[in-house]
Amino acid sequence: MKIGVVTFPGSLDDGDAQRAVRVGGAEPVALWHGDHDLKGVDAVVLPGGFSYGDYLRCGAIARFAPVMTEVVTAARGGLPVLGICNGFQILCESHLLPGALIRNDTRKFGCLDQRIAIENNATAWTSSYAAGQELTIVLKNGEGSFVADQHTLDVLEGEGRVVARYVGDNPNGSQRAIAGITNEAGNVVGLMPHPEHAVEELCGPGTDGLGFFTSVVAALV
Amino acid sequence: MARVVVDVMPKPEILDPQGKAVQGALPRLGFTGVSDVRQGKRFEIELVGEATAERLAEVRQMAETLLSNPVIEDYSVRVVQ
Repeated sequence: MKIGVVTFPGSLDDGDAQRAVRVGGAEPVALWHGDHDLKGVDAVVLPGGFSYGDYLRCGAIARFAPVMTEVVTAARGGLPVLGICNGFQILCESHLLPGALIRNDTRKFGCLDQRIAIENNATAWTSSYAAGQELTIVLKNGEGSFVADQHTLDVLEGEGRVVARYVGDNPNGSQRAIAGITNEAGNVVGLMPHPEHAVEELCGPGTDGLGFFTSVVAALV
Repeated sequence: MARVVVDVMPKPEILDPQGKAVQGALPRLGFTGVSDVRQGKRFEIELVGEATAERLAEVRQMAETLLSNPVIEDYSVRVVQ
């Protein structure tokens, strides 16, 4: 099983995402932003970082990278795609997910071990968790405040598409404390905190993030 | 040659932390009497040829697809000399 990890100019967490894929039991495949094919991968991770320097808006330019044309088409066809942090921003800019991520209401770049609750464990990326399970994984962003109009928020909640919510204080002003969402089909997930930094005891706040990567492996078997 | 300006602003209902930071700094510099600051972006686009209706429609398309994110921002297009 192969899981592609896209590297854009300015990606930071592609290395950790590849390692998390390997720890989760799949083979990571490096994809380049200029690629016109997905090299036959079974799923794709869009990692964190500052693609294209976050110029214009976070993810706005990455959306039009050649590889994203392939990712958008494949995602609409059911390919599992996980966007983490900057990857979440790219998924919103690509209209694969609704809403947008704007600057934190705190006006500060936050970097902390964050508790989140998994609310939807029926997606391709969350089936290893129990519904309601609480995790502690790293949150690090300057523009992680999830916003959408009230109707969209109601639809997301009504259809169970809020994948994860912040527990405790809202760290960045996200509406309804939303930390992650999914599309209607459940194959595309965007998540602001970083599960790929929490897959081994050696570093990070534990191994709570590993379930995202084992989930997709289970979904693809 | 025609110059077209596209202004992009955060929608009124969207929190604008950058504007708030600027607003917070003004009184410290002695500028009082400011009730709100919103920060946006201005794009100056040089067109090859005249700003015909078709070209301006193209600029609006640029604004909708790349220069702004309609989820959080509004834009306006105007021709300047």
